[in-house]
Amino acid sequence: MTAAAATATAAAPTPAPATRTGAEMIWEVLVQEGVEVVFGYPGGAIMPAYDALPRYPVRHVLVRHEQGAAHMADGYARASGRVGVAVATSGPGATNLVTGIATAMLDSVPVVFITGQVSSALLGSDAFQETDVTGVTLPITKHNWLVTRAEEIGPVLREAFAVAKSGRPGPVLVDITKDAQQASCAFDPADRRVARPPRPRPARGATADALARAVALIDRAERPLILAGHGIVAAGAAAELAAFVARTGVPVASTLLGLGGFPATDPRALGMMGMHGEAWVNRAVQDADLLIALGMRFDDRVTGNLATFAPRARKIHVDLDPSEIGKNVAVDVAIVDDVRQVLAALTPRCRPAERAAWMAAIEAGKGDSAVRDIQQLPDTGKLHAAHVLHDLWRLTEGRAVVVTDVGQHQMWEAQYYKHDHPRGLVTSGGLGTMGFALPAAIGARFARPDAEVWVVAGDGGFQMTAAELSTCAQEDLKVNIAIINNGYLGMVRQWQELFYGGRYVATPMRSPDFVKLAEAHGLTGLRVTRRAEVAGAVAAARAAAGTVVIDFRVEAEDSVYPMVPSGADLGDMIRRPLRSRLIETGADDELTEEPPR
Amino acid sequence: MSAPGQPRLRTLVATVEDVPGVLNRVASLFRRRNYNIASLTVGASEVPGLSRLTVVVSCDDATAARLEANLWKLVDVVAVDELAAADVVERDLALIKVKADHTQRALVVQAAELFAARVVDVAPTELTIEIAAPRQRIDDLRAVLEPFGVIAMVRTGAVAMARAGVGAAVPQPPRAASGA
Repeated sequence: MTAAAATATAAAPTPAPATRTGAEMIWEVLVQEGVEVVFGYPGGAIMPAYDALPRYPVRHVLVRHEQGAAHMADGYARASGRVGVAVATSGPGATNLVTGIATAMLDSVPVVFITGQVSSALLGSDAFQETDVTGVTLPITKHNWLVTRAEEIGPVLREAFAVAKSGRPGPVLVDITKDAQQASCAFDPADRRVARPPRPRPARGATADALARAVALIDRAERPLILAGHGIVAAGAAAELAAFVARTGVPVASTLLGLGGFPATDPRALGMMGMHGEAWVNRAVQDADLLIALGMRFDDRVTGNLATFAPRARKIHVDLDPSEIGKNVAVDVAIVDDVRQVLAALTPRCRPAERAAWMAAIEAGKGDSAVRDIQQLPDTGKLHAAHVLHDLWRLTEGRAVVVTDVGQHQMWEAQYYKHDHPRGLVTSGGLGTMGFALPAAIGARFARPDAEVWVVAGDGGFQMTAAELSTCAQEDLKVNIAIINNGYLGMVRQWQELFYGGRYVATPMRSPDFVKLAEAHGLTGLRVTRRAEVAGAVAAARAAAGTVVIDFRVEAEDSVYPMVPSGADLGDMIRRPLRSRLIETGADDELTEEPPR
Repeated sequence: MSAPGQPRLRTLVATVEDVPGVLNRVASLFRRRNYNIASLTVGASEVPGLSRLTVVVSCDDATAARLEANLWKLVDVVAVDELAAADVVERDLALIKVKADHTQRALVVQAAELFAARVVDVAPTELTIEIAAPRQRIDDLRAVLEPFGVIAMVRTGAVAMARAGVGAAVPQPPRAASGA
């Protein structure tokens, strides 16, 4: 079929013939489900599906490694709230997806993975490129299916979409044998049957009793604190949270994935809590007499030592997933329901409050945090990641979709880029997957065509999936990339400095010339070594038509502060030293006195 | 009766769709979440297309609640119920091969009869006993047979259902349908 004929078919479907091949059924269902773009890589066992693709109005993005396809579909889903789709062949194509599937699983992101499989007659024979992919991905998907007949493809794929986005979202995988793709089956465009309708599940929902107990705790609390998690973003509950806070006056601390669920510039936004949250935020958690946990799961990076976590606080836990209740932290009131509906029910029942004394106490806890903050220090010409992130936030007015990798830069982003909008931060929180940023940003690019998309990545993580620069070039995509380049695997180096006697084993890293790397892909590369150059480079990148890579050469041995050592008490934070050879300035003389704790 | 925070053996019955890999999914859940399984059995139920799984697991009340919640998250799971110890009929089947020459045989058979167990195979120096009983009773028989010399034992693991007349004979899916 010629390209022109393909376009004509897609635009004006001919009267539906009575049959479709299994390969065609895949795309029929994707179109039914509203899928406009898929990320993938062809290979033997998925070739029939690829052969049918030009007949359907679905854009295919050819990746450079299947892990990239998985992160792109994930980034697409996180940035849009819709289901992402990634396609790969059997064997190595499918196993290359695994890191990306686990990434989506740990952060509850709805993605449908479609893999080709060897023909059903060869299953179990160790055929060329055969891997038991449903077995491999069993513990890292919500569910998966092996499909061996063309007739099953439609119903199973429709069920896959339903499972991915229902309840607590998550990734699913459909493994389709080559012969199922090649066989033909009856086709009815009106048919929307799923393989199995959803089975009834135990009734959930906020009981009047649970709501009443929650309201009583909230009204009675003197030092209440909201812990806002990813569930706020996933449930689309930002407006309901804002209304709840406006009425009850309860301040909001966020998890990493909760950032953007409540406007960072709101006076009641405390920012991120946990391992790299501000010390005064964690102190507020420890001092609170009530924690209202909304769509978060008390991850160890948030709680520190569980035995000493928030010892004075009663706890209300609102989560869609009953298996999260009491998993890490015992709670006083558990409400298993959609956090949006729960907040809408709670707000009118709670009494209006200002909580001025509690807000003043939190404010007083800030102490000298501001003067310890690098971005407040005079410009000595040295470049710190904090400068880059602060300027990036300032210049993009907090409106960019920022997609981070994993490590120090990720924490600096969370600290210095103030997210006011949901889905403005795309980051791998649960699995902590290095190499996530660039491909996820490509996915976000398709999800949010009107948004400005920035990658913030370290020099280490960026190199894990840097091949996707080639995808940016081929697809003619506009993504801005800020590499926070310190010549180390920075977070591991920081732990080595603090906990391993300063022995920098396997963390110094020599990188390619990122400017030349960009240019080798036909993209633009810039290098920044001084703070004064940051704004100009960011402006140049924003103005450029295509993808721009900025190599920010930041201080090599800077660390993320404050920090709760792994497993330590949340109140027991390592703070940025007042006098550090890295940030010595003329102003330091005034700062040498140890402040009261 | 042990305290809520203390681990104890408990019996869960799950009704699951009879599809390939379902046992794998349940077993994987237990392994991944680090639950301590005493036994896991699966077999046909009274409904074509549905299997019934009996899991005996040692955990405290909160862990049991989470285990149930995790089982409900499996797409192939149709119903989950923890059977209260007082309301359960539970049977484990064991075959025990015991040393028993002509001097000991009568004593071994006598011991088996005390437990309502049957001798199902006899050889000159050993015999095989079959017993279908609650777990503890099989443990007790085994202890009694031990002095004679237990050569081998094989057990099926417990199968269980609620007592006749106590609620549903088998766990039913809840009526409320509110999505996965």
